[in-house]
Amino acid sequence: MLTLLIVLLLLGAALAWLAERQSTKAPRLVALATLGITLLFLLPLLFNTANGVLIAVQGDSWLLLERHAWIPRFGISWLLAMDGMSLLLVLLTLVLGLIAIASSWTEIRERQGFFYFNLLACLAGVVGVFTALDLFLFFVFWEVMLIPVYFLIGIWGHEDRHYAALKFVIFTQVSSLLMLIAIVGLALLHHQHTGSYSFDYFDLLGSGNRSPYGFWLMLGLFIAFVVKLPAFPLHTWLPDAHTQAPTAGSVILAGVLLKTGAYGLIRFLIPLFPDSLDSFAPVGMTIGVIGIFYGALLAFAQTDLKRLIAYSSISHMGFILLGVYAWNAVALQGAVMQMLTHGFSAAALFMLAGAVQQRIHSRDMRQMGGLWSQAPRMAAIALFFAMASLGIPGLGNFIAEFMVLIGSFQTNVPATVLATMGLVGAAVYSLIMIQRVFHGQQQTTHSLADFDRRELATMTLMMLALLMLGLYPQPTLNLLQPVMEQLQLLAQHSTHQLAGVMR
Amino acid sequence: MLNLLWLIPTLPLLSSLVLMLGAGRLSKNSIVICGVGSVGLAALIALSIAAGFNADDSYRQLLWHWFSVGTLSADFALYLDGLSLVMLMVVTGIGFLIHLYAAGYMYDDPDYARFFACMNLFLAAMLILTLADNLVLLYLGWEGVGLCSYLLIGFWYQDPANGMAARKAFVITRVGDTALAIGLFLLYRELGSLDIGTLMSGASERWPDGSSTATIAALLLLGGAVGKSAQLPLQSWLPDAMAGPTPVSALIHAATMVTAGVYLIARCHELFLLSPLAMTTVAVIGLLTLLLSGCSALVQTDIKRILAYSTISQIGYMFLALGVGAWSAAIFHLVTHAFFKALLFLSAGSVILALHHKQDIGDMGGLGRRMPFVFGCFLIGSACLAALPFTSGYFSKEPILAQAWEQAPLLWFGGALGALITALYSFRLIFVVFFGELRTEPHPVQRPGLVALKMPIALSLLALLALFGGTLELPLETVLPGVEIHPPLLIEAINTLIPILGVLACYSLYRLNPELLTRLKQLPGTSALRQFWRDGWGFDRLYDRCLRQPILWLARVNRNDIADQLSQGVAVCSRFSHQLLVEVQSGQIRWYASIMACGVVLLIGLGVLI
Repeated sequence: MLTLLIVLLLLGAALAWLAERQSTKAPRLVALATLGITLLFLLPLLFNTANGVLIAVQGDSWLLLERHAWIPRFGISWLLAMDGMSLLLVLLTLVLGLIAIASSWTEIRERQGFFYFNLLACLAGVVGVFTALDLFLFFVFWEVMLIPVYFLIGIWGHEDRHYAALKFVIFTQVSSLLMLIAIVGLALLHHQHTGSYSFDYFDLLGSGNRSPYGFWLMLGLFIAFVVKLPAFPLHTWLPDAHTQAPTAGSVILAGVLLKTGAYGLIRFLIPLFPDSLDSFAPVGMTIGVIGIFYGALLAFAQTDLKRLIAYSSISHMGFILLGVYAWNAVALQGAVMQMLTHGFSAAALFMLAGAVQQRIHSRDMRQMGGLWSQAPRMAAIALFFAMASLGIPGLGNFIAEFMVLIGSFQTNVPATVLATMGLVGAAVYSLIMIQRVFHGQQQTTHSLADFDRRELATMTLMMLALLMLGLYPQPTLNLLQPVMEQLQLLAQHSTHQLAGVMR
Repeated sequence: MLNLLWLIPTLPLLSSLVLMLGAGRLSKNSIVICGVGSVGLAALIALSIAAGFNADDSYRQLLWHWFSVGTLSADFALYLDGLSLVMLMVVTGIGFLIHLYAAGYMYDDPDYARFFACMNLFLAAMLILTLADNLVLLYLGWEGVGLCSYLLIGFWYQDPANGMAARKAFVITRVGDTALAIGLFLLYRELGSLDIGTLMSGASERWPDGSSTATIAALLLLGGAVGKSAQLPLQSWLPDAMAGPTPVSALIHAATMVTAGVYLIARCHELFLLSPLAMTTVAVIGLLTLLLSGCSALVQTDIKRILAYSTISQIGYMFLALGVGAWSAAIFHLVTHAFFKALLFLSAGSVILALHHKQDIGDMGGLGRRMPFVFGCFLIGSACLAALPFTSGYFSKEPILAQAWEQAPLLWFGGALGALITALYSFRLIFVVFFGELRTEPHPVQRPGLVALKMPIALSLLALLALFGGTLELPLETVLPGVEIHPPLLIEAINTLIPILGVLACYSLYRLNPELLTRLKQLPGTSALRQFWRDGWGFDRLYDRCLRQPILWLARVNRNDIADQLSQGVAVCSRFSHQLLVEVQSGQIRWYASIMACGVVLLIGLGVLI
């Protein structure tokens, strides 16, 4: 089932590339159909879980689990599994995939086949990342997900695309290398202790504590994930990548790829190295809080619309770091909620920026202003997402940040108080964006088309998603609850196990 | 009837949605029916609920479970008791009258639908704030009204100054909201609930009098209240908020939203009662605010800014009342203030409209004979504001001063001085605008048909409320701890006489003896003082220097992201080493051979030595 999802996406990717020979319009239709079909496969799972049918396959929080031998000599297996968190994130990935296709519908005119191939291949990698439980397999998917993005930025990006794409690739490859070292290190440790190699998540849980090198392995993995998140000071690839990427690239980057870093922290880093919770949590939380303020300050300083949104993402991701290291049920569910809601709000804002750029051929906010009178629908929708981004209650982002903060207040009061003050920063940069783009006197004499039906439909979809997550988040939280309990148990369990060994 | 409670916030919300989605497709008539009618209907429902409400009761209506994780849970649930009923009546009743007035006032604005969409959304949020049964839902309403306030201050978005004022209001209140949020986290951590009732009973049970946790929690909530209610030190946004259309100023920045802080403190009075320090802080903040902004109101020249400073000052009275434990008096003053301040703002709106959006009182004068109806309304409003005997303002301000005397004579003295200032600035406005010689010829606007009637109807109803509102009995005994105060007769006499004295002084300065006023103005130092007061005691400049400029500077110097230099550094290093190595590869055989020879010698040497 899970393999099928990934295979479908890869197949669709290949088909989209081939379809270009038939007609230039064929690839996007193929891509759309592929994602639609994949979503159809996922939906029954969602409804069944909502009705409680599929809960507890193995007596714990996994909904689906697939294991096939792959490279038995090194204990590498094709191990895919899905729980509530993976399910939500895969769903987010596919929905944002649809939205990315919608946003490139008219924007991308060259080499469409290869474009949609890369888009779908990247999505396949992301689905793999969100479901793989074999660390080696995880690494493979991690790479599958990143390489296509390089092409997306490098080929279809804007004026500085080569620089941005190169920067992106260097940052991610260096961090991937660190990840690979950490993973192999863990497998070697396992060999030392048991005499056999294993990359299996369940075998390696908590094993990072056992070695004197544990800290360094943890640090390697931590850096790999926070580069992706991104966190201060390793965020500098993001503004360039976002700004230069085509709209679909920005949507996927902000909406989905950043979440893989956060997912890695929750799923792998803490359960593999539970000890780091005690020793490293203050560092993690501090980095998170710095990110919140630093991102907000830089967002405020930008004149490029896309850069502003990119820096705001850094600020929002700081909350995730805070929530992860608070490591209690409320904060963790808040962190996952933040991934989902930021996925929608940032994707929508990047689409808006893309739409503006397509119309006035500039991202420079000094050339904008007064767009409200020309494009009231676009302006009202932008206002909606700006409000989402600054955390107006009633929208999902508020629930997410509220839960992160109230959860982390239980463990670290100073960090939480500071992070809460960061909310003022969010108000400042969100409102200045609205002011510069939509309010004020009209700057240019461009006649500007308001949103058409396609754009309205995608925006409405995302607005409804945020409203639902904000007003009735309980079904989502119900999906996450068993996962978080399980994860906390795992982390605790492995610490205790270790304590037993030491005694 | 009670089970219709959910309709009260829902009706304006629905109407707001209809107006947003139908923008551009609705006729002016249907906009009015939708925007004003929905509020009228909500007010009717509120009225009928109030008619059948037993003051000893409270009623909770669960709409749906919002979220729950472990012990953290919040519902969409409405809670009605005497206190929220009073607020409900004020918000829907005054809200309806102001909407009615606005239907006439905004008639020729091209964005008629957007205006009512925002106004209705505001009412929905304010009603949720009022009726919330837990702090998170209250916070939803709290932020919701802030959002609508932002949208309506910046309603005329073409002018960047309006946008600036709107952002200033939002960001400064957000500073307070942050404190409120932290207070909420603290209450949840200590008491394990977010439900207001549970929290309050839990606080009184678990925390002893004067406990430091209670003090911190109360002060944090106070932070939120101070921001929303424009009290010191977060008051500086309200005068600028007058950039919005006048009905907005009446509804949001005078009658309802800015009193949310007062409501919050009254709602959480059990918590504040645990902490004498927090109570004293509330009273002192109120007193300082009412004096400072009273002085500022004395010297303003913009008619709306005068009213704005007077609003800050009157809310200061409410805070003073809360701080000295005169809970019911605070809420009573909130109610009467809503009546007369809405009346004053709307009358001012009529003046402004007639003078083609001139707001400087220097351009006004002698309007009393040209606009007798508006003059009458304004006079009633000012009399109430100055708390002349037997107006509603008198009945609500009197118990505040009495209780202040009971608590600390110094607080009473400040309050009484404030009353004198209030009388001075409110009648200064009357004498300058409506008496004397005509400076600008007014042109009362012509509205077609029924629309023309809306503004006078709203004004007359508000005038009636302002005159006779003092006789209302509020059902607050069971909710708020009551006090029976009978201060010495002398004090009561002083309280009553001070406003009259103020009016007489004002009359003599502005009508009888203008030369005295001119001479007063020429006294050395007064002009600097007046400028200082006019700028609101320099708070804006202080915040600009100490907060805004440093942040702007930081943003400017770091626009290109210092952290990026790190990765740039790596690139520079690699390029540098690349160039070093390029030098080596020169393509000359001699050079290669000699390097090789040197290397061989070096290696052999090393081998021999080691």
